[in-house]
Amino acid sequence: MALSDKDRIFTNLYGLHPWNLKDAMRRGNWDGTAALIAKGRDWIIEEVKQSGLRGRGGAGFPTGMKWSFMPKENPDGRPSYLVVNCDESEPGTCKDRDIIRHDPHTLIEGCLLAGVAMGAHAGYIYCRGEYYNEHLVLMAAIEEAYEAGLIGKNACGSGWDFDLYVHRGAGAYICGEETALIESLEGKKGMPRLKPPFPAAVGLYGCPTTVNNVETIAVVPEILRRGGSWFASFGRPKNSGTKVFCIQGHVNKPCNVEAEMSIPMRELIERYAGGVRGGWDNLLAVIPGGSSTPLLPKHICDDVLMDFDALREHKTGLGTAGVIVMDKSTDLIKAIARLAAFYKHESCGQCTPCREGMGWQKRLMDRMVEGRAEVAEIDVLESVTRQIEGHTICALADGGVWPVQGLIRHFRPMMEERIAAYHAKKSGGAMPQGHHISGVPPLAAE
Amino acid sequence: MAKVTVDGIEVEVPNGASVLQACEAAGKEIPRFCYHERLSVAGNCRMCLVEVERAPKPVASCAYPVADGMKVFTDSPMVRNARRNVMEFLLINHPLDCPICDQGGECDLQDQATAFGGQGGRYREEKRAVKDKYMGPLVKTIMTRCIQCTRCVRFATEVAGVPELGATGRGEDMQIGTYVEKALTTELSGNLIDICPVGALTSRPYAFVSRPWELRKTDSIDVLDAVGAAIRVDARGPEVLRIIPRTNEDVNEEWMADRGRFSFDGLKRKRLDRPWIRRDGKLQPASWQEALEHVAGKLKAIPGNRIGAVAGDLVDVESVFALKSLMNALGSQNLDCRQDGAKIDGRRRDHYLFNTGIAGIDEADALLIIGSNPRKEAPVLNARIRKRWNAGALKIATIGESGLDLTYKAEHLGEGTSALSALIDGTGAFAKVLAEAKKPMIILGRGAVAREDGAAVLAAAWQLANQVGALTPEWHGFNMLHLFGGQVGALDAGFLPGEGGQDLAGMLAGGVDALWLLGADGFEPAFIAPGTFVIYQGHHGDRAASRADVILPGAAYTEKEGTYVNTEGRVQRGRLAVFPPGEAKEDWRIIRAAGAALGVDLPFNTLEDVRAGMVAANPVFGLVEGRIVGGAQDVTGPQAAGSLSGAPFKANLTDYWLADPISRASEVMAECSRIYNAAPMAQAAE
Amino acid sequence: MSAAHQEPTEFAFDTESEAQIEKIVARYPAGKQASAVIPLLYVAQKQMGRQTGSAWVPRVAMDKVAERLSMAPIRVYEVATFYFMFNTKPIGRFHLQVCGTTPCWLRGSDDVLRACKDAGHLKGYGDTSEDGLFTLTEVECLGACVNAPILQVDDDYYEDLDYDRTVQLIESLKRGERPKPGSSIGRRTSAPEGGPTTLLDIPLKEPAVAGKGEA
Repeated sequence: MALSDKDRIFTNLYGLHPWNLKDAMRRGNWDGTAALIAKGRDWIIEEVKQSGLRGRGGAGFPTGMKWSFMPKENPDGRPSYLVVNCDESEPGTCKDRDIIRHDPHTLIEGCLLAGVAMGAHAGYIYCRGEYYNEHLVLMAAIEEAYEAGLIGKNACGSGWDFDLYVHRGAGAYICGEETALIESLEGKKGMPRLKPPFPAAVGLYGCPTTVNNVETIAVVPEILRRGGSWFASFGRPKNSGTKVFCIQGHVNKPCNVEAEMSIPMRELIERYAGGVRGGWDNLLAVIPGGSSTPLLPKHICDDVLMDFDALREHKTGLGTAGVIVMDKSTDLIKAIARLAAFYKHESCGQCTPCREGMGWQKRLMDRMVEGRAEVAEIDVLESVTRQIEGHTICALADGGVWPVQGLIRHFRPMMEERIAAYHAKKSGGAMPQGHHISGVPPLAAE
Repeated sequence: MAKVTVDGIEVEVPNGASVLQACEAAGKEIPRFCYHERLSVAGNCRMCLVEVERAPKPVASCAYPVADGMKVFTDSPMVRNARRNVMEFLLINHPLDCPICDQGGECDLQDQATAFGGQGGRYREEKRAVKDKYMGPLVKTIMTRCIQCTRCVRFATEVAGVPELGATGRGEDMQIGTYVEKALTTELSGNLIDICPVGALTSRPYAFVSRPWELRKTDSIDVLDAVGAAIRVDARGPEVLRIIPRTNEDVNEEWMADRGRFSFDGLKRKRLDRPWIRRDGKLQPASWQEALEHVAGKLKAIPGNRIGAVAGDLVDVESVFALKSLMNALGSQNLDCRQDGAKIDGRRRDHYLFNTGIAGIDEADALLIIGSNPRKEAPVLNARIRKRWNAGALKIATIGESGLDLTYKAEHLGEGTSALSALIDGTGAFAKVLAEAKKPMIILGRGAVAREDGAAVLAAAWQLANQVGALTPEWHGFNMLHLFGGQVGALDAGFLPGEGGQDLAGMLAGGVDALWLLGADGFEPAFIAPGTFVIYQGHHGDRAASRADVILPGAAYTEKEGTYVNTEGRVQRGRLAVFPPGEAKEDWRIIRAAGAALGVDLPFNTLEDVRAGMVAANPVFGLVEGRIVGGAQDVTGPQAAGSLSGAPFKANLTDYWLADPISRASEVMAECSRIYNAAPMAQAAE
Repeated sequence: MSAAHQEPTEFAFDTESEAQIEKIVARYPAGKQASAVIPLLYVAQKQMGRQTGSAWVPRVAMDKVAERLSMAPIRVYEVATFYFMFNTKPIGRFHLQVCGTTPCWLRGSDDVLRACKDAGHLKGYGDTSEDGLFTLTEVECLGACVNAPILQVDDDYYEDLDYDRTVQLIESLKRGERPKPGSSIGRRTSAPEGGPTTLLDIPLKEPAVAGKGEA
């Protein structure tokens, strides 16, 4: 059964209504906030734990547990900080953009409540630099909230002081990594920090800090208003809640939509995005959760559920729920090669395996697109990705090799075919028609 | 303490130690590039990955804290694999131009690739090429070799205190450099060469000169400043090809100043390599016998009390002691080693030593610098001050030149002695800082006492030290910072006017008829009274040689066995790395021979005899590789003669790069002087 | 590079920038002003755009930012070269930023690129047109993937493009017009084409008085 509008948290996802405070309140934002605060920090954390909310930024770490890592009090007088990750840059992901430009008050209210839960009197929203127009909306919404006394001194009349600021990044995917984000916010290059110490102990300005994704924070007010069990009633256990999916690529009607967790992928695509271009049978593969998650071939897509655990069973992930659909016309090798180029471009350059390996992977993939390689080099490519994975400070490198690993896992014959075709052409022979698997277009001329 | 098991070996390490340190404690070698124990931990090279029980992935041991009961594996398949993998990545874009790389043979990348790398390469794509960067006249860059470990960036920022190096760009395009074309403004730049684990930063003067296995290596001591850094002199045949630092935690850690490191080409230039005698107004070559007979002939005709001797700044104690013995035997008390006219009376050692000790800086919590620019006078010591300051543990103020960039924040209290008087009166915020400090330090520049009111300055500084509690039985916070490696040894040897003897000013003003200059190039020779018979004994045709009537060619510090005492009173031995050029000889032997020519039988025939004599004259010389430590036993100050003049303190070194006879002969130092003393030019972005 | 876009010898923040800087620096705790380095580099870049028609950050401006925030200049150079949105070289009047990442590529970003080249008279990525109007840059995922393909012109996203609509957009820029950003096919933001199928039944309450009325 499909999620009904009354159970949607982001009631203005498409900006059908004005984003401003007055209209946001009519949609139910900022309703009884002071009362929620009055229930106290422990209650908020408990309720969030009950909701089963897992981080919406990709890693899916349980939010309530993450908050509970924050120190109850800081005897050394260090303040605690909430930092909101709005550096939405994972290819295929564009949900936070809608939240800050159309439903900013869900986030602002969430920041206040999260701030209370983690003992933070200040929060920074780190917004990717490219979201210039969007960040203007968010700043204006914050300004409204200040003027209405909803944040600032004695926020909502609750007795809790809470300041909220927007900080713009400037074009670096790596700043979506929480410690790189903190570095960037401190005015440095966005290079991930060594852990431990973790941000909850030593974060922004050396103070206890929790970094959460926009969507994670923005769903909190509704969870608290309706109760953790309400949120937990959607989706499968440990995979609960509603979720904004970004359905794109070769679908008839790309869109963002808030749906229930654990919805079957096929239903998600067909119900909300008008189905695969040319029909479900024209599907080649889907990247289910943003660029870092390995693609799935059609036969898995047929019945896989869209949640953390189901996708992990297929060696991929829900990630940010950016669903990239590719039909049979897709040059899949090129689609993945372009992702390899993305990760090479976005590697911060700190760790050797990532700095050197991403370029190697990208260059190998570029040759794979042409077929200008030996079959044995597919194994080299695979081994290069394994050498990168798990050997770096942060997870960018892992996310950067998974798409290639996924390609090899599911479409190695296609790669071999491409190589054979290249060699056949090179040696002047005719294209080996018999081996031409469907969906592989003629050699890309570059 | 935490118990950690490394490859089955149980070790105890302090809580907070890194896994790498635990592995080292267990005697396991962990390969690394970015990790350097004197720099912040970057954890980026990933070479030091080890396996930790229950950790799903290999961990960077340099950055991972130990936990009690932790089990670490440094030679498991996971670890061997990880190292091979990282090494392969490091090499794919490395040019592998070892045959033409100056780092070859002493390259961490080379060594670790051999020890931990795989075989062959699988990389068939195009390699990266990086444009070389200009970092000044001393450091040569071949940036394609760079492995982005960022040690140099951290050294410049953290140790040298000149945040001018950075890593710009990102990903595989990240480049190390200054972004703007400029020479690094540090006196410690040579250390970048040492810490660079590959051949990206190499020594410009040493470029393509030699291979490390061709070098004869001699451990010695740097004397071009008064820190006395431990060094290694690398020579091939008769030539010193380079000088690099050795580790001495108490003195220089593992750093070295650029003048000491890069002046060695001066050892080959402007050398006095044969005796000369002035005949008909012109210096003419002579044999040793002629020269010594000429000296003997002249000196025999002059009463002892009309003969004088001045010791220079780079002299070894052996030659100073020998010359003093000769002078005394000739009946002369006219001795002086204070070419700068410093008002040091030499009677009490702690009145002229850096008593806190260089390592003692690590304990100090307040520091007043009077009339000194330690950054120029003792760059390595200055880095130690910076280290303490950087740890947030040291408050610093200066009296003297304003606008000095010391690489740390220091409150400027005034330019002259009035600021000192004010502190003694207890006025000003810093008086309180000093008074409240547990271990306050006062550093008095040697130049601050090399002035008319020097004795009064010295007495006032001591008085202040005493007043603020810097002189206790446990702590000696009074420090004089000398400028050159021979200065303290000469004071310790008592090369000062004896009973009724003349000081330098007296000797110059016609107080003597013959003047023996032992490497004394520190004053303007035109001040020597006309008609004075001048013997110049030394190694360089610097200022004084041109005024000499006889030149006796001596040995530079790399060419003799010599004892030197650093500014903190540490007795150290320099060693012969190469023989003196031409006919030049070890200095104490020259003096011994001159004595023989004069009919004076000096009581030493061997180096051991000389050293025994030195110890007999002053037992501190027996304390080789050591120094007398401890607090102030006697708080009585030096005699105050006269009053403070109020005049501003001036820079002691006018040109860091050309401060002594050796560096003044060095083309490398001349280039540094040109570049660093030039007005800053308009900078262009790359 | 035209004469106006050469490395200037000096840079000073103008009054408009100064007003922005004051607000920006106030967002960060005392002593943490280095946090403002990215915002101040933006301020400098925008000011250059206002003053010279080319929104870039010359080195002298980086030095000014360093001075203002008590940072070592190299730390500012590092930041300015790390983040992709700072132009350390002069650019054209309009910055055409084609997203070429997979989601846009699947939806035809190659056509957008071709249109930019054809209409903007650009040879390829990195090129600035001879008239100084356009600079073409390939950017990584802009985060508007359900509206792919995207062309970002300066700060504005133009969405759901194809070859023809991209040409039209560029032609109107040439004419000095600035079309409204967003979907070029009249879609309602990220809702599916043809109109939303969800969020059609949202109950609206009577407006409450902000900040009060709490239990």
